[in-house]
Amino acid sequence: MSGPLSFLDRPNSYIGKSVPRPNARRLLQGRGVYVDDLRLPLLLHAAFLRSPYAHARIRRIDTARAAQRSGVVRVATAADLAGLYTPWVGVLTHMKGMKSAPQHPLAPGRACWQGEPVAAVVAESRAIAEDAVAEIEVEWEELPAITSPEAALAPGAAAIHPELGDNLAFARSIEAGAVDDAFARAAAVVTETFTFARHTGVCPEARSLLAEFNPADRQLTLHCSSQAPHMMKEIVLRHFALAESDVRVICRDVGGSYGIKIHVYPDEMAVIALALLLGRSIKFVADRLESFVSDIHARAHRVEARMALAADGEILAIDIDDLTGIGPYSTYPRSSAVEGNQVVNLVGSWYRCANYRARLAVAFQNKPPMSQYRAVGHPIACAVTEGLVDLGARALGIDPAELRRRNLLADDAYPCTSPAGLRFEKLSHQRALERLLALMDYAGLRREQQALRARGIHRGIGLASFVEITNPGPAFYGVGGAPISAQDGCTLRLDPGGSVTCAISITEQGQGTETVVAQIVASVLAIPLDRIRIVTGDTERTPYGGGTWASRGTGIGGEAALQAAKALRANILALAGAMLQAAPADLDLGEGWIVDSASGQRRIGLDEVGRVGYFRGDTLPPGVQPELVATRHYQPRDYPFAFTNGVQASWLELDIETGFITLLKHWVVEDCGTAVNPLLVDEQVRGGVVQGLGGALFEECLYDEAGQLLNGSLADYLVPMAGEMPDIEVAHLATPTQTSELGAKGVGEAGTAGAPAAVMNAINDALAPLGARVAAQPFTPERILRALGRI
Amino acid sequence: MSDAVAIRLSVNGATLERRVPARQSLVDFLRDGLGLTGTRAGCEHGVCGACTVRLDGAPVRACLVFAAQLDGARVETIEGLSDSGEIAALQAAFHARNALQCGFCTAGVLVIAAELLKRATVPSRAEIRGLLSGNYCRCTGYHAIIDAVEAACHARAGNPG
Repeated sequence: MSGPLSFLDRPNSYIGKSVPRPNARRLLQGRGVYVDDLRLPLLLHAAFLRSPYAHARIRRIDTARAAQRSGVVRVATAADLAGLYTPWVGVLTHMKGMKSAPQHPLAPGRACWQGEPVAAVVAESRAIAEDAVAEIEVEWEELPAITSPEAALAPGAAAIHPELGDNLAFARSIEAGAVDDAFARAAAVVTETFTFARHTGVCPEARSLLAEFNPADRQLTLHCSSQAPHMMKEIVLRHFALAESDVRVICRDVGGSYGIKIHVYPDEMAVIALALLLGRSIKFVADRLESFVSDIHARAHRVEARMALAADGEILAIDIDDLTGIGPYSTYPRSSAVEGNQVVNLVGSWYRCANYRARLAVAFQNKPPMSQYRAVGHPIACAVTEGLVDLGARALGIDPAELRRRNLLADDAYPCTSPAGLRFEKLSHQRALERLLALMDYAGLRREQQALRARGIHRGIGLASFVEITNPGPAFYGVGGAPISAQDGCTLRLDPGGSVTCAISITEQGQGTETVVAQIVASVLAIPLDRIRIVTGDTERTPYGGGTWASRGTGIGGEAALQAAKALRANILALAGAMLQAAPADLDLGEGWIVDSASGQRRIGLDEVGRVGYFRGDTLPPGVQPELVATRHYQPRDYPFAFTNGVQASWLELDIETGFITLLKHWVVEDCGTAVNPLLVDEQVRGGVVQGLGGALFEECLYDEAGQLLNGSLADYLVPMAGEMPDIEVAHLATPTQTSELGAKGVGEAGTAGAPAAVMNAINDALAPLGARVAAQPFTPERILRALGRI
Repeated sequence: MSDAVAIRLSVNGATLERRVPARQSLVDFLRDGLGLTGTRAGCEHGVCGACTVRLDGAPVRACLVFAAQLDGARVETIEGLSDSGEIAALQAAFHARNALQCGFCTAGVLVIAAELLKRATVPSRAEIRGLLSGNYCRCTGYHAIIDAVEAACHARAGNPG
């Protein structure tokens, strides 16, 4: 019963069990605690004046009338905060040539996007603060706004930051194999320009920060809605010159983040500066309208792409050119070039195609900053690749499933390296495709589609294979100078009553982090799940680590928990051995007991071990020191990332009179290695799919040429709701990574990665007999009707 | 406060008398005035459904109602519905199927879903989707929410599984 891998196979193991989340109970009663739920005495509230222009000089600000209002404690402009912080620059040094300009909490003299914070009011209530914001008088000089990346990079374009010389934030090119030769000998060449609309995360709980300041001991406690408390602490130390011992970051319940809340935002830095300046505690909760113009945006890309194919369907070469605009600053500390970088890294990487050329240009512009948002780059890379594959299939008259079958990386081809240099340990594309085709009854659906077409009903089937980057190692951010940890730690303590307290540096935003960690620990220690208490989201109470992002929680934090549990197990057995005068190797843990490993017979309870360990050390043999705490850390080293793979399918109906799309069904087969909790994995995948469908069908931050957001409310910016979404069937393959004992890879972004491509291909499949196609997301009824020539 | 309005109302079965600012919304009154933070402000313009509560027996968006309108009203929030046990079966179904992730939208979803459980017949999945189409959830993909509501409706109707 003992041995390093036995916990996976134990009869009472929780690994692979769909147990409900214990911490969901309080959320179901409305008893979660998000930042805005915290109540502190004498708490102040912040509101911001934001730039009404995309680009404007601030000639004069008069805050006198605002400051005189009853209940207003302070009105601050950039000048008032000068000297309290050091500005930040969002570049990663390992991404050669990346540049950006220093950023400040409040725009100093010039605003570079509509929504940039310009002045802050701190008052007794948010309502009073908002009233005062309306009283701030600003004399603006509107400047020409550069809103499109094309204009930003046009010869002679004015540089948004003159000191940078031009508006090129980052550029990269990749050339692998013999691309021109491949295109020259191709039987078919397909080309398309794919465009992806700027959209945003729309977290149900808007960005929120409560900066609690205790003037007596100068302690700053930041209650954040964030995914990475240790990173936030490090950022605050660096930019406010505080001592490590003076700052604590706590993340309690987080009402959705999806990458949005992992970045450094000027308004939040202003709140921290003001808390330090005033020696008071201040809360800032963005309202929905300011969220639309101040949260990071993402995904605005234009990709010109072409693919060369042989007559038998072999993909010979892919050539892409990606242009993206990231706003006026590269976001700190993760930068804003990673999305484009991941597009050029990922395109085509799941196919046997050695000839690959990619160019990427990342431009500054006068719109809100763009940066990492769930599935960074993946939905774009997948739509480009899978869109080309479907175009190629149509050009050659080959069924799209068959074309994929002929080109996907073979399941026995691993380990291997993509033309862009991605290293794949072991993937299962071929098995996944066959599983999907069986799950959806592909052949049957094709027959149904044909039969309905004869009756004037236009349905489409779309397929999309993909890879997902998970479990990033230190080469992702740390090597570029960002204070972002790639490792995580877990501390376990056996308590006197035989239960276990677990403190872990990964965080919970609803994915089920705490449940998964408890399942792993409970499996190794062979105790019931309800005897484990998990602590997350507190820099003072957890080991140091990266947090939960980039689909790394279970893969990295879970492995740390596994190793910590093994270490605690050894410590418990050592003490029990001393108590029982038995060799630890002859003992095991079972259902809360120390058992005889040969017979399974119960010897003493874990509570007895705890009782003696903590209260009756006098009864132990001389020299025996109980160590009922164990800590272990883990970071992936063997590969830069643990890639996962999967394939999705969309089945939809198109109304050619209205351009409306009805999603009928969606299928996903994905392989995240060891799935610790399939119930949670399924809903991660489904939530990701719907987030991808939102971008594909509805979501777009619509801007006019002056850089004014036209649809900055939830009434005007469309998000996917229950009524438009289909049932989503999820199936799993399991190819555990050999780089960890747990074998878990990530799954948080798989759904979002593939869904837009699948739905795009389904729409084009429905449109194909009508001689139309679309490649500009979101695929609105208007765009469908335009493609059909009806408007 | 000069613009305060006196109201007398029932919240989760308790009778309260308060003076409220004329411009205060019901969601702010519940949260800031009464400490009932289970009702959450998501968009404050009536779209996302996170702040849904029951007012005089019917679900409303608490961000679109002024507290000053509530004299004589009866308000039920997620806290009251939880403590009374009225939605316990629904909550259990949500828990079993993981029909929530971050939990921010969940109270509003439950208040709406409870309306479905009042019906004599079991709604179709499409009907459940339709009724919940005013509640924004960014995490789950909705599928599990529909599953949970469907299961609770079946259980209430005495159908197996």
